[in-house]
Amino acid sequence: MTLRPWTRRALTTLAGAGLVLTLAACGGPAGVGGAEGKETSSGPELKIAMITHSGAGDTFWDIVRSGAEAAAKKDHAELLYSSDPDGARQAQLVDQAVDQKVDGIIVTLAKPDAVASAVKAAVAAGIPVVSINSGEDAWQALGVLAHFGQNETIAGEAAGTKLDELGAKKVVCVVHEQGNVGHEARCDGLAKTFTGSVERLYVNGQDMTNVASTITAKLQTSSDIDYVVTLGAPFAMTAIDAIADAGSSAKLATFDLSADAVDAMKAGKIQFIVDQQPYLQGYEALDNLWLYKTNGNILGGGKTVLTGPQILTSADADKIAGFAKNGTR
Amino acid sequence: MSTGDLIRDERVRGRGLFERVFVRPEIGALAAALVLFVVFAAVSPVFTQPASLATILYGASTVGIMAVGVSLLMIGGEVDLSAGVAVTTSALTAALIAYWFGGNIWWGVLFSLIAALAVGALNGWLLTRTRLSSFIVTLASFFMLTGLNLGVTRMLTGGVATPSIEAAPGYELGREIFAADVPVFGITIKITVFYWIALVIIATWILRRTRVGNWIFASGGAPAAARASGVPVRATKIGLYIGVGFCAWLLAMHQLFAFKTVQSGEGIGNEFLYIIAAVVGGCLMTGGYGSAIGAAIGALIYGMALKGVVYAEWSPDWLKFFLGAMLLAATVFNVYLQRRAARGRIR
Repeated sequence: MTLRPWTRRALTTLAGAGLVLTLAACGGPAGVGGAEGKETSSGPELKIAMITHSGAGDTFWDIVRSGAEAAAKKDHAELLYSSDPDGARQAQLVDQAVDQKVDGIIVTLAKPDAVASAVKAAVAAGIPVVSINSGEDAWQALGVLAHFGQNETIAGEAAGTKLDELGAKKVVCVVHEQGNVGHEARCDGLAKTFTGSVERLYVNGQDMTNVASTITAKLQTSSDIDYVVTLGAPFAMTAIDAIADAGSSAKLATFDLSADAVDAMKAGKIQFIVDQQPYLQGYEALDNLWLYKTNGNILGGGKTVLTGPQILTSADADKIAGFAKNGTR
Repeated sequence: MSTGDLIRDERVRGRGLFERVFVRPEIGALAAALVLFVVFAAVSPVFTQPASLATILYGASTVGIMAVGVSLLMIGGEVDLSAGVAVTTSALTAALIAYWFGGNIWWGVLFSLIAALAVGALNGWLLTRTRLSSFIVTLASFFMLTGLNLGVTRMLTGGVATPSIEAAPGYELGREIFAADVPVFGITIKITVFYWIALVIIATWILRRTRVGNWIFASGGAPAAARASGVPVRATKIGLYIGVGFCAWLLAMHQLFAFKTVQSGEGIGNEFLYIIAAVVGGCLMTGGYGSAIGAAIGALIYGMALKGVVYAEWSPDWLKFFLGAMLLAATVFNVYLQRRAARGRIR
């Protein structure tokens, strides 16, 4: 008899634990169901895994994912999105996609050495793989079918040409992630085509107050700087304030796009935006896998399919603003 | 709660089967792991396929290897916040030595082992010398190692990642030893899984069958009493940190030979995974109680939850939430069963 209250409490705990697990179990599929295009298919349904190196809640990757979702809906495919910024764990996600016997894999190659063997294993298992965004130098060697991304040097060169056209004389290139090869390539490309002088400014992208104060300090010490170029839209927004704080008349341009940045461009606070069109990376990658599965097509002819750069100015702002608000630009 | 319990003299009371089984630190975690397995097996047919299980075990082993060292340390009453970046430090040491001096990669591997053990010894020495809490001492070494990782890598290579070691002599042998794929009944299992199991067996043997094991429990449970009765508490704690260093080196060598290059910024935050695995598996944050098998089951729970969400095709936006809820449920379940079983014995 004395055991009874114990038993009851044990059962309560079990039920509690069970409830949590059940809630988790119910919550998940509802989340996936929320993403459209799952039940609508009538033809052959493909299951495509998309594995990126994004951290959680990143705007840029949300746009890439929207592109893939849109293509998935159109192609009656199911998109399984996952991401991990840790190279080893991203590789394990690729392994898991192979275990799940998906019909195709879209992967980013930001850390090609870490994911290389997993990607090769996927290719060996007969799963078509395409890569997006980073990894322009690595994809061919891994047996990847096609690569969709922006060549950062070409993007930088386009920005340099545009700055010349706008009559810039002295530019500061704000690098928010020290050691990021893509960022260095953008500044290098810019310096290559731009006829004026280019300086690099390293800021800590994890800390916006540091970004603002460093840009302000730079503009105060070299008052002849007439253009600030940031490498990401959030940093452009901070730079607007920093330029005002420094009492500088320097103008601003940025790489990558956000709804805020488009609004600022409309208001004349940003002169131009160099966009790599992340939506296209997700959309084209998924669509290519569908074409490959249904018709054997491969885009790019063994070369990277460039999704950028696209230079946007205030003339494009009105048109782009609506798309940006939808989360597709 | 019932009056029947209070009247009966607990010293002469017999121990029922339930009590004898569930008083062990790891049994509750085992039960939680089984529940989790059944849930995922029911939701996802992919989850129980042999290849998937191998992937889950591999994921669990990369946490589990470190959790062995960390759980022993926690039983000894200390934590190590530098354990996550120490793995990256070890891998970087080997890769950078191979890059800077050239020659056989195994010199890097050997020196990296010495460096990893030295970092552990330094942690333990600082802790016992300064008598500060291990939280602050290892937090300091966490920051210093994080800085060293980036600083030294940039200084020597000019980049943030080490150059590939693939061309170095001795690479093939290293890969065979640290990053091999072992076929078992037609399934490919990563060699880290076997290292993990071996470490758990050794750690359990130390804890249960040796004098050092008693020292570890005593140092964590009641350090003053342990010291008074002749237990070398200082040496035990330094030894435990060295043990964590060894585990960090082993995992680092796997990462080095599996991925060939090392990103200097990685490893940050992983220290919590190791602590979580140990705690889910029944180790007390206050020391003196726990088991290496429990920590292994904790790592397995973490691995199953993390991979299971993917196999079950649940929305990844909610992954961290599921993970937290499952860990909470598993731990509450474990602690509850233990308290239930231990009631009357401890309280």
